[in-house]
Amino acid sequence: MSETLNRESLLEAYRTMRTIREFEERVHNDFATGEIPGFVHLYAGEEASATGVCMHLTGDDYIASTHRGHGHCIAKGVDPVGMMAEIWGKATGTCKGKGGSMHIADLEVGMLGANGIVGGGGPLICGTALASKIRGDRTVGVCFFGDGASNQGTIFEAMNLATVWNLPAIFVAENNGYAEATSSTFSVACDNIADRASAFGMPGVIVDGFDFFAVHEAAGEAIRRARDGGGPTLIEMKLSRYYGHFEGDQQTYRAPGEVQKLRETKDCLLQFRKRVTANGEITGEQLDAIDAEVKAMIDGSVVKAKADPKPAAADLMTDVYVSY
Amino acid sequence: MARKITYQQAINEALDQEMARDQTVIVMGEDNAGGAGSPGEDDAWGGVLGVTKGLFHKHPGRVLDTPISESGFIGAAVGAACNGMRPVAELMFVDFMGVCFDQIFNQAAKFKYMFGGKAETPVVIRTMYGAGFRAAAQHSQCLYNIFTHIPGLKVVVPSNPYDAKGLLIQSIRDNDPVIFMEHKVLYTMEGEVPEEVYTVPFGEAAVVREGDDVTIVAIGRMVSFAQEAAASLQKKGIHCEIIDPRTTSPLDEDTILESVENTGRLVVVDESNPRCSMASDIAGLVAQKAFGALKAPIEQVTAPHVPVPFTDALEDLYIPNAAAIEAAVTRVKEYR
Repeated sequence: MSETLNRESLLEAYRTMRTIREFEERVHNDFATGEIPGFVHLYAGEEASATGVCMHLTGDDYIASTHRGHGHCIAKGVDPVGMMAEIWGKATGTCKGKGGSMHIADLEVGMLGANGIVGGGGPLICGTALASKIRGDRTVGVCFFGDGASNQGTIFEAMNLATVWNLPAIFVAENNGYAEATSSTFSVACDNIADRASAFGMPGVIVDGFDFFAVHEAAGEAIRRARDGGGPTLIEMKLSRYYGHFEGDQQTYRAPGEVQKLRETKDCLLQFRKRVTANGEITGEQLDAIDAEVKAMIDGSVVKAKADPKPAAADLMTDVYVSY
Repeated sequence: MARKITYQQAINEALDQEMARDQTVIVMGEDNAGGAGSPGEDDAWGGVLGVTKGLFHKHPGRVLDTPISESGFIGAAVGAACNGMRPVAELMFVDFMGVCFDQIFNQAAKFKYMFGGKAETPVVIRTMYGAGFRAAAQHSQCLYNIFTHIPGLKVVVPSNPYDAKGLLIQSIRDNDPVIFMEHKVLYTMEGEVPEEVYTVPFGEAAVVREGDDVTIVAIGRMVSFAQEAAASLQKKGIHCEIIDPRTTSPLDEDTILESVENTGRLVVVDESNPRCSMASDIAGLVAQKAFGALKAPIEQVTAPHVPVPFTDALEDLYIPNAAAIEAAVTRVKEYR
């Protein structure tokens, strides 16, 4: 068992991963009915990454996320009930129905936003980390980005800047194998995204992103180093998404049976369950109980989201400026 | 107490005074100190034209040199603004918005709305604009019209040293993202500027000159040219009212409309290219909201629809001038 994780932390980690999975499976099912508007990109399959990283963070640390941001939001402490209402376009949503799936943000818990622009978060997290450094308060910033964003100039600029300014920033590349429909084996010029770390003068590590414990350990080391003034780290999570780029994607670019095989052999929740129940420290019944609680909570969030009101016409014109 | 200083000194003084007042104000940009990591002086340049010179030593740790990575450091300014700072980032030339615009218009401008009102992004982006330096097509544009188009941004275009200081202090204290446009030719312009700290509010145009015959709305450097034209026209018995909007977002529509209600004639002077410009925007505003008062077609004095040329023979033709303004005013005055 991991040295840094007591029983309570393990249960918390499982609950977070299960919440993300349940949330995404539910959005997947509801989207298929045609009731959910807009574009939705699901994080199912990648739960260990967001969870293993964010367990090291407090509400004063910041993260920047991606278009595939639901998992990061939940792991950073954004209320799933508000998130569900946001995805359904309701006034009670995290962003009052003005942001939607791709822009869920809650600065009060240090969540600087899912982001509709691929690679948009890199420079922003340099900024929150710069503020942390100037204040000297030992907070950090984490930028989650995908293999697609790993080829964006903003990410290169941000990693260079983070080293030049010696910022408490962590760059987490979630390499799920596909940028939209294009394989990262085609689009990333080097073997691993982490190989680029040396070009920016920072440590680079490769982690099995299906393995919560590996993620937790690698992230812990990088975040500790950043808090201690040791500068940025690039972590590449090798993982996969269970659904398409967006909901409705038929995924004909993937190999037949690819996702099914991953679900059966690599799934982060299954691996976690196996490992923590093997020595009897945590029982299967305890995890089953969490599953049931989470399912009830997500069910409730959907019932509420469906019943909640949409924004009023007057809301169209508010929140553009603080004052104008 | 007021004394004569330049537009450039007024900007430096505003930064200095606000940095002294508020420890969260930080300044960053390419060579804003100049000399980071170099063997010689560590405040060698103070910005490419010396606008931030001296701040580096007065405010230790709060004037940051950056790599030439506009997306990186403009975005970092935006992120720092979300985390309790009041950054003033310098985009050396506004033409370089092309390599960092996403961080401005998709990120900073939209956070408040997109996040349901729960984000504040008090960032200022200072940037140099305008023709007249023989700096050619990629270092001479205006482009304030493009920022003005974006909801969530405020756009400030000071025409003189007094406004430059007061508007910059207002920009730093404002809680929304502000684009602060500095005309490079105006840096050496002298004017009366109080030593004391003061602010000039956004959305309040200055009536630079009063007159009953023709309204001239002029922006940035064009205000000086309008004054030159008006002085000449005065001798011919044509009395111009000159309005300097000072901020294009928010725009003081009332002052413009009230003036046109009185004069019935409008000339808009804008150094930008003509299409989708402040000139066409203000002309459209007046045509819609003061149509009944108009006694003549609205004239727009702008640069032509071409990139800014290099050689003096062409650049001087490109930039709107006092003669062009005078001719336009005469046309609308004589229109029957």
